Amino acid sequence: MTKPLLKVDGLTKHFPIAKATRNKEAVVVRAVEDVSFEVYEGETLGIVGESGCGKSTTGRLIMRLLDPTAGKVSFEDKELTELSASDMRKVRKNLQMVFQDPYASLNPRHTVKKILTEPLIVHGITNKKEQQERVERFLNLVGLRPEHAKRYPHQFSGGQRQRIGIARALMTNPKLIIADEPVSALDVSVQAQVLNLMKDLQEEFQLTYIFIAHDLGVVRHVSDRIIVMYLGTIVEIAESELLYAKPLHPYTEALLSAVPVPDPTYEKDEIFLEGEMPSPADPPQGCIFSSRCPYKMDICTRVKPVLQEEEDGHSVACHLYNASDDNDIEQKERGEIVYEG
Amino acid sequence: MERKEVLRVNDLQTHFKTDDAIIPAVDHVDFHVKEGEVLGIVGESGCGKSVTSLSLMGLIPKPPGEIVGGEVLLHGEDIVHLKEKEMRKIRGKQIAMIFQEPMTSLNPLFTIGDQMTEAVFIHEKISKREAKKKVVDMLTLVGLPRAENLLKDYPHQLSGGMRQRVMIAMALILEPEVLIADEPTTALDVTTQAKILKLIKDLNERLKTAVLFITHDLGVVAEMCERVIVMYAGQVIEEAPVKELFEEPKHPYTKGLIQSVPDIRSKEERLYSIQGTVPMPGTITKGCRFADRCAFRFDRCTQEDPELYEVSGKQKVRCFLHTEEGSHVNDEATVKS
Repeated sequence: MTKPLLKVDGLTKHFPIAKATRNKEAVVVRAVEDVSFEVYEGETLGIVGESGCGKSTTGRLIMRLLDPTAGKVSFEDKELTELSASDMRKVRKNLQMVFQDPYASLNPRHTVKKILTEPLIVHGITNKKEQQERVERFLNLVGLRPEHAKRYPHQFSGGQRQRIGIARALMTNPKLIIADEPVSALDVSVQAQVLNLMKDLQEEFQLTYIFIAHDLGVVRHVSDRIIVMYLGTIVEIAESELLYAKPLHPYTEALLSAVPVPDPTYEKDEIFLEGEMPSPADPPQGCIFSSRCPYKMDICTRVKPVLQEEEDGHSVACHLYNASDDNDIEQKERGEIVYEG
Repeated sequence: MERKEVLRVNDLQTHFKTDDAIIPAVDHVDFHVKEGEVLGIVGESGCGKSVTSLSLMGLIPKPPGEIVGGEVLLHGEDIVHLKEKEMRKIRGKQIAMIFQEPMTSLNPLFTIGDQMTEAVFIHEKISKREAKKKVVDMLTLVGLPRAENLLKDYPHQLSGGMRQRVMIAMALILEPEVLIADEPTTALDVTTQAKILKLIKDLNERLKTAVLFITHDLGVVAEMCERVIVMYAGQVIEEAPVKELFEEPKHPYTKGLIQSVPDIRSKEERLYSIQGTVPMPGTITKGCRFADRCAFRFDRCTQEDPELYEVSGKQKVRCFLHTEEGSHVNDEATVKS
C-alpha cells in the first residue's frame, strides 16, 4: 500500500423523483451523500451495507455508468468526472467491473469467445491471433478450458458464468476491478471457489479491488480495509481486523451482531435495531442513524456527525466519539457511559 | 417428556418429466418432525429441498411433476393421495407455508385485511367482526405496530420485513400444527433477518408449532434448528441433531459445506472449497451422488448406491466410509487431512 490509485471526494448522487412545483420543493432520493475515500494500490477495499445504502451506486458512479450530482473521482491523477465519453472509455481499460448476476450480465446470444474479445476490440487490440491467445489464456486462468470459448452462457453453471465475468474484466489487464456482489448469487461451495480465484488473480496481476457486498463474512475474508455505509453515507472506515474486533459505530455493531454464526454452541449478544431503514428521500435530521440508534443523544437529531479518525486507520461518524462541540461534551460523556454499560 | 410426532415422510419420490428424461428431484426421502420441534433442511440449489416442501403441501404442478412413490403421514394419515378438495382443508389449517419472496406471494390487488380474512373464512365459520379481530391480534403478535391501520394497506406499501411478517401472520392465523418455512429470510437484509428469525423461534416456542425450516445458510441453521437433514442431489445424505452436525459432521459433503462458510468470527487466507459443481438433477444414476466431487472416494462409491447408515444413536449418514469396508479408508483419510 503506497499511494492512492483512486480518490473519491465528496461524491454525491441524487435521483429526482418529483419535480418542483409552485408550492412544493423538488423531491430527490439521496442515494449517495458526500462520500469520500481513497483506494490504495494492491489492496482490497470492501464496501458493506444493507440494501439501499448506496454501495452499488457508489461503484457505478466511479465507473461513470452514472453521472454524479456532485463530487470528484480521480484515478491515477485523472479527473474522471470531467472526461468526455470517449476519453472515459479509454480509462475503462484500467478500470473494470464484475457484476452481481452472472445470468443477466452476459449476452445470451454471444459465444464466450465473442464476450471475451469485445473488450479487446473496444481497446484496439484487433490482431486475431493475439485475441485468440488471450481468450485461451484467460479461460485457463479462471479455471475453464479453451474449448469452452465456443459455447453460449446458458451452457454454464452460475459459478462458471461468474468465472467468465471475471475473465472478461481481466481481458484488458486492468489495474482496478470493482466487483459488485460477485458471489451473492452463488452457492456456498462455489462461492468459496470464486473468492479463492479472485485472491489468486489479485496476487498474479497485482490487482486492486473494490469489493461491494452485503455478506459480512465474505467481506471479512477478502478485504484489507472496509467501509460501512448506511443510507447513502459512510458511517465507519477501518482496517478489516480492527472493524470486526472493535466496531465503533452503533450501526456497525448491530450489523455484525445480526450475522448468523455457523456454530450452535456460540452465544452472542444480539442487538435488535428498532424500526425500519428510513426512506432515502426523507432521511432523518442530524445523524442519519439517529432514528434507530440505541444510544441516541440530544445532539444526534440536531447535528450531523462528520467522519473523523478515532484511532490509527479507524474513522467513524458518530457523536459518541467526536468531541468537537463544547456544549455537548457533557452529554457525550453520558452517552459514552451508556455505551460501555 | 417424549413429544408427539406430527409429520412423517416415508420414502418420498417426486419426479419431473421432461421430453427426453425423468428427473428424480426428490429421491427416496425420509424424515419426521415432532411437536414444537424445528427441523432444518439444508442444501444448495437443486438439492430438492424446495420440491420436498411443495410435495408436502400438495403443490407440485402436474404435469410435469408427480409424486410417484412414498407417503406423507400427518398424524399417521397419508395425505399424498387426497383429492384437491380434501387437501384444501388441510392446507393452511394443518400445514402452512411461508415462501422466500414475500412480494410475489402476496396478491398485489388486495389489501392485507382482505387477504388475511379470506384465509380465515375458508376454514372457519365466524362473523366478519370476529375474523377481523383475529387478524388484528395475529398481526400484533408478529410484531406489527398499528395493526388496525395495516388492514387497509396494500402489499406494496410495506417494506420487505413487514411483508414477511404479514406472511408469517397469515400462515399462523389458523394455528397449523406444521409450518414450512422455505428460505423465509433469504431476500431480507441481515438486521431484518435477525428479527424475523427471532419471531419464528418465539412463535414456535409459544404455539408449539412444528417447523420445517428450509435454508441454504448454515449460520441460520445453527441458530434456529434442533435437528437437521442435509440434502444433496435429491437425497438425504445426513441427519443429525444440530450440535453433532456442526461438531462432528460425518458426510464429506457436510464437512466441506461447513468449512466453506466464511465465518464472521475469524479470517482465513484461503477458504476451503469443494471442487466441482452440484450435478444436474438426474445425471448421476448409479453410485453415490457426491462421488465425483469427493476426496475420499473409493471403488465401491461409483458402483453401488449407499444407504442411509446409522452411526452413533441419533446420527445417520449416506456414505460408505461409515461401513465396515470404508472404515480403513476413513482412517487413512483422517491421517492425510
